[in-house]
Order: sequence, then structure tokens, then C-alpha cells
Amino acid sequence: MLRIIVRRIFILIPMLLLLSMISFIIIQLPPGDYLSTYILRLESQGLVVDESEISRLEQRYGLGRPLYTQYFRWMRNFIVNGDLGRSFGSYGSSYDNKPVADIIAERLPATMIISIVSTIVVWAIAIPIGIYSATHQYSLTDYLSIFIGFIGLAIPNFLFAIIIMWIVFAQTGHAVTGLFSLEFKHAPWSIAKVIDMLKNVWVPVLVLATAGTAGLIRVMRANLLDELNKQYVVTARAKGLSERRLLWKYPVRIAFNPIFSTIGWLLPAMVGGEALVSIVLNLQTIGPVLLTAVLRQDMYLAGSIIMILSALTLIGTLISDIALVWLDPRIRYD
Amino acid sequence: MAQAETVRSSLAESLASETAGDSIEYLSRGKLIRRRFWRHRLARLGLPVLVALYLMAIFADFIAPYPAHTRLKGFKDAPPSVIHFGMDGNPFQPYIYARERSFHPKTFREIYTEEEDEKYPIHFFVRGEPYWIMGLFKLDLHLFGVDEDTNITLFGTDSVSRDLFSRTVIAARVSLFVGLGGVAISFVLGCLIGGVSGYFGGIIDEVIQRIIDLLIAIPTLPLFMALSAAIPREWPVAHTYFAITMVLSIVGWTGLARVVRGKLLSLRDLDFVVASRLAGGSDLYIIWRHLLPNFASHLIVTMTLAIPGMILGETALSFIGLGMQEPGISWGVLLEDTKNFGALVHQPWKLIPALFIIVTILMFNFVGDGLRDAADPYSL
Repeated sequence: MLRIIVRRIFILIPMLLLLSMISFIIIQLPPGDYLSTYILRLESQGLVVDESEISRLEQRYGLGRPLYTQYFRWMRNFIVNGDLGRSFGSYGSSYDNKPVADIIAERLPATMIISIVSTIVVWAIAIPIGIYSATHQYSLTDYLSIFIGFIGLAIPNFLFAIIIMWIVFAQTGHAVTGLFSLEFKHAPWSIAKVIDMLKNVWVPVLVLATAGTAGLIRVMRANLLDELNKQYVVTARAKGLSERRLLWKYPVRIAFNPIFSTIGWLLPAMVGGEALVSIVLNLQTIGPVLLTAVLRQDMYLAGSIIMILSALTLIGTLISDIALVWLDPRIRYD
Repeated sequence: MAQAETVRSSLAESLASETAGDSIEYLSRGKLIRRRFWRHRLARLGLPVLVALYLMAIFADFIAPYPAHTRLKGFKDAPPSVIHFGMDGNPFQPYIYARERSFHPKTFREIYTEEEDEKYPIHFFVRGEPYWIMGLFKLDLHLFGVDEDTNITLFGTDSVSRDLFSRTVIAARVSLFVGLGGVAISFVLGCLIGGVSGYFGGIIDEVIQRIIDLLIAIPTLPLFMALSAAIPREWPVAHTYFAITMVLSIVGWTGLARVVRGKLLSLRDLDFVVASRLAGGSDLYIIWRHLLPNFASHLIVTMTLAIPGMILGETALSFIGLGMQEPGISWGVLLEDTKNFGALVHQPWKLIPALFIIVTILMFNFVGDGLRDAADPYSL
């Protein structure tokens, strides 16, 4: 067991390095670089950019050198000093020249709150419904949950967000954008601020949770149905085990397996999924920053976020695999 | 007891229906699959709806009364036309009223009022703007239309006075076929790479699997965003379209490759494959003749279920302005008009393209589910 984990961690390191390289290349894919788009933008506003200013900016961002030198400098700074570089200010001037790590740290709490709350909501709703659906196959509740599952599958997240905003706005005149109202936006945390947040946070949670719930109900139901038809269930029942004990002791436990095997992807998937929702709802999360950073080639910012997300996916996969082995002794890796 | 009775009678019934005619019917694999698929009620609903949607997309120019970019003068943000029936003594003759535009005194928003004394009948098979059908024939026939003096806007108009019905119908072409194109490319890549990986195994397999792991680890949306940001803005519509299809399939092939590999791994050492190899069959021959037919049905299921994801991907990309660009239109482009949710309160018809997306995705999932049940007709 320990040997497997150690081996997997050793494979992880080159994978992470490769990923950082890939994320760096991805950002460089669009034509031009940050500086050229920046100069174009200034010129379109009628400003003249002189040579010394350009070379000063090039110096500051280290843009003049070839791509691989830029990459190695970035990586070295990260490994030696934990420094991810600075933003070029793609997401508004307040982020100009701000350390990438600070930006991520600033945006992380809202992202985490939304992700964690929606995950808890998803599990709390989907797992009981999935179990009930499977044990009461073809009942009204089962059909209802299938229907909800399909709807959640078919409505894109961002569209769902728009529809909810539209309905709330039409009914109450309250525009649910952002996480906080104006007066609390920069206020320190307090009970009033939390209450204010609760007024708006339910929209992204509802949107993200609906999609997640739909998927999880389907998985849970299908897994459990597969298990319930197996011989050992019949045997256990024949031997007189009570229905409740029979259900919870074996089939439900096994039906959890696929859920645990994807637990590692939750956070990256949430950040990916919430990006569009956050743009629509104007939330202070990582998603919108990533979008503008990718578009304007703010390379250290975009590269760092993509790298962190990918790393989380890889580490998450590892954790899930370990959890699986621990949970289900039948699974053994050699 | 009663239950046993019904089971027995339904059994007898199905026996009777199967043995009806001259002799006991032998059901081929294809027949079994069709029968299974047809028994899935939702799939039975999904298939005709999808066929109708695709027919609509193919004959979009004929169904749409106006070209996608025609601005209807004096019809900015107009609501859907209300169709009335009964005119000139014919109780089924549909007609619309002419509409008069005025402005709200405070907000300057357009207000449209129906002119009850000006009736315009809806004509069918009318001559209008010429278009090409599948690039082969030039036609100017349209399914329906009204006289020049007014305009018929079934789904209302957008903020620059274009008919939303025509645009929705025409945009279906891009939205619906992007999924098919993306899956076709993914299919080729997935079969080829997954096939090589599973059939040869060993070090090749290991390398390919690690590459797939890496690709899956990169979050999809940023990858899509970066790749489509790399598509030059000045490209013609057809190029952009092809590029987006490529972007979608770059991620799509990995899932397919895994299915192919897994199936090949489990099949390649079975007796009939070894026999074929001993008889001198080449690798390609064995893959094509013996292995592919064994998991073709699973491939079809995976592909059907991959199409809606691609359609959603294109929609999301176009919605944030990274996918199709005007003058190319897709349902995602049409939804850009809904970003201003305040306006939606007064112009809810701008969400109609969203309905088409939802219905399409739903139907693909229904059909996919039905196919999954039918894929293995010998299971119980």
C-alpha cells in the first residue's frame, strides 16, 4: 500500500512539470503577446507609446527573451521563492503588477465557499434521492428524479443563472449580481456581511448544485440498481437479513465507489463550471480572472491558475485512488 | 395469483405475436437492437424530434422567412407576432395585424400596438430572398411570409431589428452540426490512438495513456478558451467553424480512445482473435474484421452521448464571445443578447433560442440512453 502511494507520488512530479509547461504553451497560443495587445489598446485610445516606455515594460515583464527562458525564470522563481510572478493587469488596473499569489489568495475564499457549499448541497440532496430512486424503481419519485436529472443535464449552467436572475429580478426587482451589496463589498467580515452574502450566494449555489445533483442522482441510481440485482443480495435476503441492514451494509457502500473515484475532480470541475456562472453573476471568484487573463495573455496569472487547477486534478485523482483502495478491499493495485 | 395470471397471459401474447405468420421468427442482431431501442419510450420521443431538428437545419433558408442579417425597418425589439385565424370567409386562414411603433414617454423603450383594421394574411410557399440549398440549387421559395408592407416575427426581433425566428432556424445549422463534426473527428482520433494503444499494449500503451491522463487533467474550459482565443478574428465564417469543431474534438477524443482501448484489451487475447492471427490475418484486418464489430455498438453509444457536450461547449464559447462571430451565427451567439438580464424582463422572447438548445440536448440524451439499453441486445 505505502509502496503504491510513494510510486504514484514519484510519477506525479514529472506530470506536474509537464503540466506547467503545457499551461505555459497554451497561454502563448493566441497570436501576439500581452505587450503588443496593450500597446494596441493604448494606441486605439489615441495615446502615443514611445520606445523607452516599451523597452521599460519589456524589461519589467521580461518579455523580450525567448519563450523557454521566460518559462525557466518563472519556474525557478516559483520553486526557489514560491513566487508565481506578477499580473500584467489584465483584470482591471487594481491588479496591475500585483503578485499572482496575492490575486489567487484574494479570490480563493469566495471560490471555495461556493464550491464547498454547493458540493455539500449536491451530496445532501443527490445521495438520498439516488438511493430512494433505486430502491423504488419506476415509482413516481423515481420518474421525478429522472426528470430532474435530465433537466439539470440539458440546461447549461450559465443559461440557468441567467434564467434565475431574470425570474428573481422580474418578481422582486432585486438584482442578484455579485456576492455582496455595495456597502459590504470592502467591509471586513462581520455577521451583517455574512447575512448580506446569504442573500446572493444561493443563486450560484443553486445553479451549480442543480447540475451536480442531476449527474450524481443518475450515477447513484445506476450503480445501486446494478448492485441490487446481484446474487449476494438475494442470498443475504434469503438468509433473513433485514432490508435496511441489507441495503446499507453492502450495496450502498459499493455504489459509493464511483463517487469517491471522482472526488478529486470536484474542485477543478467546480472552478471550471463556475467560471461562466461567475461571469454571468459577476462574482469575485477565480473564474472571471482566468478568462480575462487567458484572453489578454496575462501569462503568469493565467499560467499559474491553469497549473494549480491541473495540479489539483492530479493530486485529487491520487487521493481518490487511495480512498478507493481503503474503502473497497477488493481493489488492489499491483 | 392475479399477477402470475397477467404474466402468463402477456407471455402467451408475446409468443403468439412472435410466432404469428408462417414459422418461428429468427431475430437478427440488428432486429433485436431496433426492438430494444424502440421499447425505450424516451428514445422513441427523442429520435423523431432530432430528425425534425436536423431537417429544419438543412432546410433552414426555406423555413426562415428572412435572411439572418436582414434588418426589419421599424421593428427593433419587437415582440413575437400574434397569429389570428379566420379571414376572407376561410376560418383557417391565418393572419397577423400590422403593428404600430411608439415609445414609452419616460424610458423610450419601444412599444408595439396591433392595428386591428390592417390584416395581413400569412401566405404559404411565397417568393422571397433567393438562397442556395446545400450549395446546389438556387431557390427563392420560402415556407411562409406576409406582404411587403409589414413583417412577420414569430419569435420577435433582436436589438438590431433582425427576425429571431429566422435567425434561430438558420443558427441551428452551426449549433447542430458542430456536434456531429466534432464527434466525427474525435471518432477518427479516438479509434486510431485508442486502437493502437489497446492492440499493441506495452510501452506504446503506457505512453499514450499518460498523455491522455495529462489532457484530462487540464481543465476543459480554460483549454477551450485559450485554443479558441488563438483562432484569428478575421477568418471567414467557414474556417472559424471548422477551427471550433477541431477545438471541441481535441478534448473529445480522449474518452473515446479509452473505450476503444479498454475493449481491445479485453478482446485481443480471446480465442477467435488468436485463431485469426494464426491463420495469417494482418493486424489491420483483425482490428477491422473481428474487433471493431464487437464493440461498434458501445462506440455508437459513447459518440451519441458525446454530441450534446460538444453542442453545449460551442454554445458556451460563443456566449462569451470566443466561438462563432458575426456574421456567423449559432444559438450561443443569439444568446449573447440575453446577457443584459434587465432587458429580459421586457423582452423575454430573447430566451427562445435557449429552448432549442435545451430540447436538443435532452433529445440526444434520450436517444443515447435508448441506444445504451439497445447496445447489448443479448443481455437481460
